[in-house]
Amino acid sequence: MTLPPGAEEARVTVASDTDIVTARQRGRTLATQLGFTSGDATIVATAISELARNIVLYAKRGEVIVVPVEERDNRGLIITARDEGEGIADIRQAMQDGYSTSGRLGVGLPGVKRLMDEFEIVSETGRGTTVIVKKWMR
Amino acid sequence: MEVPILKQGPYLIATIQSALTDADLLRLRDSLVEQVGRYRSRAVIVDVTAMDVMDSFASRTLRDIAQMIKLRGAETVIVGIDPDVAFAMVRLGLNLEGVVTTLDLEEGLALLDRHAKQGRR
Repeated sequence: MTLPPGAEEARVTVASDTDIVTARQRGRTLATQLGFTSGDATIVATAISELARNIVLYAKRGEVIVVPVEERDNRGLIITARDEGEGIADIRQAMQDGYSTSGRLGVGLPGVKRLMDEFEIVSETGRGTTVIVKKWMR
Repeated sequence: MEVPILKQGPYLIATIQSALTDADLLRLRDSLVEQVGRYRSRAVIVDVTAMDVMDSFASRTLRDIAQMIKLRGAETVIVGIDPDVAFAMVRLGLNLEGVVTTLDLEEGLALLDRHAKQGRR
């Protein structure tokens, strides 16, 4: 299985609400190019929207990178949301439903985890946060 | 991207036509809350058929709109949530609790007309 032509990684600098829209639209386009169903493309776009929103909300600035991958007979997308903000002091707490330090965000990371197939987070206080999620085609 | 708001009799109809930024959503909220008074509208319909994504900010803003419009003495109906968008919302854990939704604009108008006949506001 080879990746379709034109399905190249998308990299979006995220620092404002317009960048959130750009990031999720690039992600949706890539998902559609790979052959994701419209439902799964919407899932990908929604997850990117939340991850990009976290960046703007908590770190002010960062980037979202969407990379097409193939593994055995499956295609998928790896989405990396990276910032150099304050970092998350207690990741276990941040992964609890309903937890938010900004008081502005309702769902946060647990919601994103539910949308995706794989979820990984690395955060260091004062150094920033990187969230890596994967969605596979069915 | 500005969301056009159409005055149709006693109703205001806002039709979202493309992906909206957070700022666009807040502008829509403020316009609706202001215009519902200016035109003495009985109800507001927000047509979200063309919305690409309903994330936490969008769904919270729609809930805010419905509550603010209620405080202004009118009703709100959200119409046209796409099936894919509904699925993503449920997985994300979002809901529009307390907000009236209908399948599409036609059903929304029919619901409001029924309320008008029952004398409910």
